[in-house]
Amino acid sequence: MAVNFFYFLVFPGLLFLGVAGAFLSWFDRKVTAMVQFRKGPPVLQPFYDFFKLLLVKETILPKYGSPVIFLLAPVFAVFGATMAGVFILLPLFNITTGFRGDLLVIFYLLTIPSFSYILGSLASGNPLASVGSSREMKLILSYELTFMLVLAAVIMKCGRQFDLYSIIAAQQASSPFAASVSGVLLFIVAIFCIQAKLALVPFDMAEAETEINHGVFIEYSGAAYALIRLAKYIMLLVLPSLVAALLLGGFRLDGIHVLWSLVKVIGIVLLLTLIRNTNPRLRIKQAVNFFLVWMNLLVVIAIVLIALGY
Amino acid sequence: MGRKVLIPIGPYHPLQEEPELFKLYCDGEIVRDVKWETGYNHRGIEKLSESKTYEQVFFLVERICGICSTSHPFAFANAVEEIAGIEPTNRAKYIRSIIGELERIHSHLLWLGLAGHFLGYNTVFMWAWKYREPILDLFEMITGNRNSYAMFRVGGVRRDIEESKISAIEKVLDEFRRKNDLLTGAVMDDPVIHARTKGVGVLTRQDIIDYCAVGPTARASGVATDVRKDDPYAAYPLVDWQVVTAEEGDVFAKTKVRLLEMNESVSIIRQCLKGLLKEKEGDIMVKVNEIPEGIGQGRAEAPRGEVFHFVVSDGSNSPARHKIRAPSYVNIATFKKSCIGQTISDATITLAAVDPCYCCTERLAVAYDFSTGEKIMNAKSLMDISVAKTAEIMKIQGKKHE
Repeated sequence: MAVNFFYFLVFPGLLFLGVAGAFLSWFDRKVTAMVQFRKGPPVLQPFYDFFKLLLVKETILPKYGSPVIFLLAPVFAVFGATMAGVFILLPLFNITTGFRGDLLVIFYLLTIPSFSYILGSLASGNPLASVGSSREMKLILSYELTFMLVLAAVIMKCGRQFDLYSIIAAQQASSPFAASVSGVLLFIVAIFCIQAKLALVPFDMAEAETEINHGVFIEYSGAAYALIRLAKYIMLLVLPSLVAALLLGGFRLDGIHVLWSLVKVIGIVLLLTLIRNTNPRLRIKQAVNFFLVWMNLLVVIAIVLIALGY
Repeated sequence: MGRKVLIPIGPYHPLQEEPELFKLYCDGEIVRDVKWETGYNHRGIEKLSESKTYEQVFFLVERICGICSTSHPFAFANAVEEIAGIEPTNRAKYIRSIIGELERIHSHLLWLGLAGHFLGYNTVFMWAWKYREPILDLFEMITGNRNSYAMFRVGGVRRDIEESKISAIEKVLDEFRRKNDLLTGAVMDDPVIHARTKGVGVLTRQDIIDYCAVGPTARASGVATDVRKDDPYAAYPLVDWQVVTAEEGDVFAKTKVRLLEMNESVSIIRQCLKGLLKEKEGDIMVKVNEIPEGIGQGRAEAPRGEVFHFVVSDGSNSPARHKIRAPSYVNIATFKKSCIGQTISDATITLAAVDPCYCCTERLAVAYDFSTGEKIMNAKSLMDISVAKTAEIMKIQGKKHE
């Protein structure tokens, strides 16, 4: 029991995820700044942001709406993101839980942040937030199917193993899945899926600062917004780690391989950052079309290739 | 069609930095109707102008707009020179055109950056504004100011461009031309930008004519209206250049027109610099004794379209009446045509595509009662409205009005 609390709260849970995610968020901002000829923030900026929101800024409650759900939603988001992080990082750090179906649980847990944002924004009673949440809903409907298919393809590829530990073990025994034709296709699709899950440009229409003024988060301030930031930091670590585990052969914790494992996660974040800095925001209809038609097509091709043994 | 939801853009919104309010009446994501309110920023410039001398008015009208700050003095100079029947020297004309075209470049770059920002493409925003920086430095070198250049006066310009500076200006222009080609390529060949801007906010040729739209907004719909060609002033008839037009009328066409216009501006500046070499240095001003009685109209092509100044002189040293019409005033009305039926995402970029400038647009209408000759809207009634509004806000907030 105590060890489970340790897993959830300290390592690889809340504390580790929050700190490491904040550093990744700094990395994302620094690279963005370099692409845009700017200097960029100092390393500790994500922490300054978080603690200022948490401790200094006033939390303003919307007058029209449900304050309880409005305030609970960020807590749900952090909780869901942390749980998903624990389930993903435990096998990555070579700790087996003996749970034979964790991939499905991870899939559900990863949707919790998005759903809590919708819940919170609808509880705020703001028209811009309602536009944002309707966009977020449409986006979820489009990318979750694709994401599910990617997971299914990976499960097929490693011989119907439903747990992350076996998937990583299978890759470390031979080669990473991304080193095959179908693996490359799956990697491309997975990158776009997590881009949408992280709500980064070109899939940031639920927040769309210049259209609907940060949409789903418009009414959040102070500590409640700090929790949303925390959930975002955590997701920025969790999702690239998941892709590293599913397709890039996971982490190895001996000697120089530690560095190689770090490079995998940072490399994926770099890729996400570059995509978000070289594209304008899509229209919601175009994003739905992108996932439902093109990305699904790629996954289906990948699944056929896997069945043929490529 | 269900109930319409009001999506407000403004008065404080990250889309536009100026205070304005657009009310988008939406059915889901689709905009069904659009209404707008301005008037947050009225400064009474026309009235102020009547209390200043002609020399002072230049500094006043320069501050109507911070971005196209030379187009207003340009039009005012044209108007006053028409009253006095003055023809500036060729050297002054060239310098005026150089300032006007440099301003067009920096204004179009500013718009391009903002348009990128509105689409969530912040890299374009930062890049365009970085490329704008050398142009502002050039302004500082020529005029002493990065903005609000204080170069114009009746009968000429205040500062000369010495021959020693010409090569430096040409160097910056060469550099800019290269960067602009890069930027043009990046914007024109990006498939996602195509997907977001093509077929969005279309204004047909007839819409432009119906709404009297001007500037790049009109030229992107195939209406080749450009004051520099239609009513030539300054050095524009002395140099060889083309009016850039496009046919599609969508946001992409407006982007294309602005990008190509910058190249045209570079070409105009280069020819003007060549022209400067032929003229005598220091010959930048015609002596003006007094402005006679009369009326004058001055037009100038600002980066956003036609600026119109109408000046009535009663022979004294300040205008008896000064009327200003800025291009955004007519361009904003086209939103009724271009935004309705679009999604919210497209409506926002359509609002930005005409490059609106709200502080140029603010108006106050004063009506007279013909039977009594009384002002219906006077200072006291304005004050009453203000007090009533404050009381209303206080009441909503549950506070007592003191």
